[in-house]
Amino acid sequence: MKTVLAVDDSPSIRQMVGLTLRGAGYNVIEAVDGRDALEKATTLKIDAVLTDQNMPNLDGLGFIRAFRAHPSSQGIPIIFLSTDSADALKQEARSVGALGWMVKPFSQAQLLGVIQKVLG
Amino acid sequence: MDNDIAAVFLEEASELLESLEQGLLKLQADPNNMDLINAAFRDLHTIKGSGAMFGFTELAAFIHKFESAFEKIRSGQIKVSASLIRVALRAADEIKGFLAGDAAMSPVRQAILADLELAVSPDQDAAQPAGAPVSDDGWRLDFRLASDALALGARPEALLDELRGLGASNLVADLSRIPPLDRIEAQSCLLGWSMDLPASASEDDIRSVFMFHEGNMELNLVNLAAPAPEVPATPLPMADAPGAGPQPTPQSATMRVPAERLDELMDQVGELVIAEARLSALANSSKDPSIMAAAEDIQRLSARMRDTTMSIRMVPISSIIGRFRRLVHDLSEGLGKTVDFVVTGADTELDKTVIERLGDPLVHIIRNAIDHGLETDEARAAAGKPDRGTIELSAEHLGAEVVISVKDNGRGLDRNKLRARAIDQGLLTPDATPSEAELFALILEPGFSTAAKVTELSGRGVGMDVVKRTVEGLRGRIVISSEPGHGTTFTLRLPLTLSIIEGLLVDVGGDHYIIPMAAVQEIVELPACDTADDTASSFLQIRDSLVPFLRLRTLLDCAEERNTLQNVIVVSASSMRVGLVVDRILGTNQTVVKQMSRLHAGVKSISGATILGDGSVALVLEVGNLVELARTDLRKIEKAA
Repeated sequence: MKTVLAVDDSPSIRQMVGLTLRGAGYNVIEAVDGRDALEKATTLKIDAVLTDQNMPNLDGLGFIRAFRAHPSSQGIPIIFLSTDSADALKQEARSVGALGWMVKPFSQAQLLGVIQKVLG
Repeated sequence: MDNDIAAVFLEEASELLESLEQGLLKLQADPNNMDLINAAFRDLHTIKGSGAMFGFTELAAFIHKFESAFEKIRSGQIKVSASLIRVALRAADEIKGFLAGDAAMSPVRQAILADLELAVSPDQDAAQPAGAPVSDDGWRLDFRLASDALALGARPEALLDELRGLGASNLVADLSRIPPLDRIEAQSCLLGWSMDLPASASEDDIRSVFMFHEGNMELNLVNLAAPAPEVPATPLPMADAPGAGPQPTPQSATMRVPAERLDELMDQVGELVIAEARLSALANSSKDPSIMAAAEDIQRLSARMRDTTMSIRMVPISSIIGRFRRLVHDLSEGLGKTVDFVVTGADTELDKTVIERLGDPLVHIIRNAIDHGLETDEARAAAGKPDRGTIELSAEHLGAEVVISVKDNGRGLDRNKLRARAIDQGLLTPDATPSEAELFALILEPGFSTAAKVTELSGRGVGMDVVKRTVEGLRGRIVISSEPGHGTTFTLRLPLTLSIIEGLLVDVGGDHYIIPMAAVQEIVELPACDTADDTASSFLQIRDSLVPFLRLRTLLDCAEERNTLQNVIVVSASSMRVGLVVDRILGTNQTVVKQMSRLHAGVKSISGATILGDGSVALVLEVGNLVELARTDLRKIEKAA
């Protein structure tokens, strides 16, 4: 079973992501902010990451940057979730190591589509 | 979407709103604090983001405008002003309305948005470009992923599968950039591909295959029907990813649990404690050391489980203080009185249900304090008092009680006016001479109001009697003290409403009673000379102080022969020490307090009942009321003397 790390400070988004992906047979680990995510991403076995940008303690970009500095992040796709469709932020996400992004709001079907796309 | 999730969202959103509101109020005092601005922005952003996910589209649109205003502040274009905070608070109120299900973009809301835009400058957001049309003659596609794409988790084979699904043909791999073997990096993506795609695939379909890559890859899509080639995507500048060191500090993970489930857990722990008491009684009578040891273990574990379960239900009082800050802000603006709101002991913990039920009474007390207690700024200046009024809310644990007080530095209660009004209302006979505390207590009676003019704020039909009822419903008491010209203090004393308490099991006239351990200060023997005399109450010298005592035998009407050697249990409540005379002390006991039926509601000296290990019932004494009883007796004695 593939494991997705869902990082968002909003419990409702985490729950929605969790329900959707678990329902489709994925294992989901939740993290409440970048710092929490970094700890989980570097200690647990994960196959993909979905991360929000605006979070306390360590934001999404900061988390991606720190995680990519870690050797175990090789080959793990990170999807950046943003409410902002501005290109600058996306480019920054890409440049620090995100594979791609999704713009909020997204539907459960879209989410599943993206995860299936990156994990198969 | 699932109702459960929506409920989580609503709860989350109201917490965020609360935080937003607090942030705005703090911003007013500290308009340049970037942390506050960022926090407010983040709150808004999260509500918007989650709101849009859960179908609150209008809400998201509303907040979007709100957020734009804040973006201007965040970027430093606009300074925080009082008028901005005012309209922002109104906007926050409207968000509440949205969450409550009122999704309409009413004129009021539009006006608020207009005000917000006025407070900053208007914003325009470009509309999303519409999707490109389907072409006629098919496509030629060349693409090459970024060289670090594999490291980032891309899977080219999946992309190719998808393209095949769109009808790709003539697929050719471009090997031109593969270096000599000794220079190949295994993680680099070195291949490019080119292929033909049928016209049935739309440009959107094709581009969406590369949804994560577009902009960071070479992609050349040529519509074979059109003469000019499509704009090729820009090649990517790749930035290095420097490792920003994280600063690890422990963060407590939290989870939400419905309150009913906690109540259930509490009930079950209660049952467990009762079962444990039965087991202990059996184990002790069996005299089997191994069974006794096991029973002891279970006793220890169940005590710990009780404590943990109860601590789960404890919430710091700060969780409702936010409401009060807003109230003070609104009232002080509305009445033109400058008010400082000072809170001490905000981390004092109380049972969740108690906190929830305390909210309204405290709101009422604070509203009264500002409305009636505090003078206008001019009157304060005339009286030579500090020009700012102060409302002080403090909370602390004292013994088995939580003491919450609301203190203002206003004009104080007018004794003569109170008295006249009480006589007017028939609450007092003209010749009565009530003590100060009794006189003040009258303002808690239904229908009592001293305000000459009923202001819009306080005259809302809810009287202080509701406050009294609520507090008494929580087995608490209110005491009012006041000094003319210096202010009034409302003190609420509440038991730590715990359904399981540590109790002292005593015997009075052959019946068993429980005295809450937290109220017990010490236990002494009743001197033989006092034992003989059976008048209801008397005094006992303990070290340097005289402590009044109550004979529970007399109080509880026990006919049976008394023990020659009685004990006095000294308890304290409302900062008074009182001795309770009992026949025998049987030991300590984890007590699961069961409420008495409504028929027994009038029995002031008993707060509940519990089942003992042997299945018999013991009554739990209400220490607070017993102490009040002693106080009344004391006053009678003083008057007689």
